[in-house]
Amino acid sequence: MAEYKVQFEVFEGPLDLLLYLIKKAEVDIYEVNLTKLATQFIEYIDLMRAFDLEVAGEFVVMASTLMYIKSRELLPVDQQVVVEAEDEGEDPRWELIRQLVEYKKFKDAAAKLQTLEERQENIYPRLPGKIEFENPAAPAKPEVGIFDLLNAVNAVLKRFQEKTSGSREIYEDKWTVSEKIEFVLKIITERGSVKFSELFETAANRAEVVCTFLALLELIRLKQLDCVQPEPFAEIEIGRAVVAAGPAEMATPTPETEAEAEVKSAPATEPTAAEIEDTEVEDEFDDEDEDDEDEDDDDGEEAEADEADEQTPK
Amino acid sequence: MELKFILEPLLFSAQKPMSAQELRDVLANAATAEDADEAAKPYKKVKEDAVTAALEELAREHATAARTFRLVCVAGAWQFVTQPEYAPWLKAMVGVKNRPSRLSQAALETLAIIAYRQPVTRAEVEQVRGVNVDGTMQTLLERGLVEQSGRAEVVGRPALYSTTPLFLEYFGLRGLEDLPAADELRRIPVERPPAPVTADAGLATVPPEQLQLNEAAPSAPAAES
Repeated sequence: MAEYKVQFEVFEGPLDLLLYLIKKAEVDIYEVNLTKLATQFIEYIDLMRAFDLEVAGEFVVMASTLMYIKSRELLPVDQQVVVEAEDEGEDPRWELIRQLVEYKKFKDAAAKLQTLEERQENIYPRLPGKIEFENPAAPAKPEVGIFDLLNAVNAVLKRFQEKTSGSREIYEDKWTVSEKIEFVLKIITERGSVKFSELFETAANRAEVVCTFLALLELIRLKQLDCVQPEPFAEIEIGRAVVAAGPAEMATPTPETEAEAEVKSAPATEPTAAEIEDTEVEDEFDDEDEDDEDEDDDDGEEAEADEADEQTPK
Repeated sequence: MELKFILEPLLFSAQKPMSAQELRDVLANAATAEDADEAAKPYKKVKEDAVTAALEELAREHATAARTFRLVCVAGAWQFVTQPEYAPWLKAMVGVKNRPSRLSQAALETLAIIAYRQPVTRAEVEQVRGVNVDGTMQTLLERGLVEQSGRAEVVGRPALYSTTPLFLEYFGLRGLEDLPAADELRRIPVERPPAPVTADAGLATVPPEQLQLNEAAPSAPAAES
């Protein structure tokens, strides 16, 4: 008897109980013997009473419907009461069966939903964490092309052209590219980055400018340095190349940046006294450290620099 | 570049499921950016439908490749999810998914009726289930799986209930058309509560076969109404 009680607890209502009884009888819903079903149903209700369970009103309603159907079955067709003008002139048997069929369909649908529910518990979405890059603040700076650099150096050279336009002087070749490589590296190491014009502040003449420029190009070629414009049309800044950063070959510059680089670097070639002092003081200060640090690189650079030296225009 | 190839890495890196519309906006933004890549420009005015079609193709490709994860659309938003059979290991790594307790049988039945028949009144649900659904309805409303979606234009203007997007998410469905056997179940009309049963003429003894012929057929035409 205990098993009935257990069974009962899972019934979701009278329809559920009926479906259970039909399933137990192993018949098709459409062919079920409702009379027999009514008897079984009422037996269950008695059982519920026996177990002192509160019988829900729905069960009682269903029991009465079944009793009504059963009582009709007892009478021959021609003796049944004929009720005319019934809106819902349907056989209560059919009504019940249709309700059962419909309920069964939703019960099955509920079972499918349950499967989906369980399945969904085992499905994990891909939810990547927010992608954070090391320096998200650093905006992509416009890179500087070779033409930008040439324009900038031209602007510097103009200064000397004007000065020497009247007479021609022959200078001793006292600057080498390798020296200037050291000079540039030193400044960069000290200050992190330097403006293009500042590199040429101390240059005394054309030849020195050329040497410094060749040193700069050499270092860019060796991927030691990186040239950027902090913002469009700003002066070119030279800094240490970031390791693993893109190569220094740059995209073709737009006409504006070329023109702008020229314009901007020209006025900046007149350095303030303070800036010169600054540079000189630091130069003396850090001389020794720098030599040590760059020793390894120097050999290679020297060779490269010598090569470049030969090509230095006179 | 083919659209589906662009969408794949977008979904791979997305922090949340992305709808076709959101993806289309991303494509448009990429095309109109100041330094837009040449490859991005053709997708400036891509249609949402085209995005959806590309996503569906991508999902099919993933399904055909039989990978351990797949691309799914849940409640209109696309994301990569793992196949359920790998849950034991994922549980060990990321823990059990934080989900409310499973629904009871009564709640599932009620939810099924609402899902297939929405919008539906409480009385119609009770008619199908044959029991009072006040309690389970309350649970479903509290869990946000169903919501009141209006009022029926009948006497008493009873509230109508529909499922929510959370319902689709909870069961991992793309939309209501994705419900199992949706076309069959959605067509069955809900009976109006019947008139009080009284003695009926001559039908009581009709054999079951005949019942099927006469009455099973009407259930189909009734569907169209």
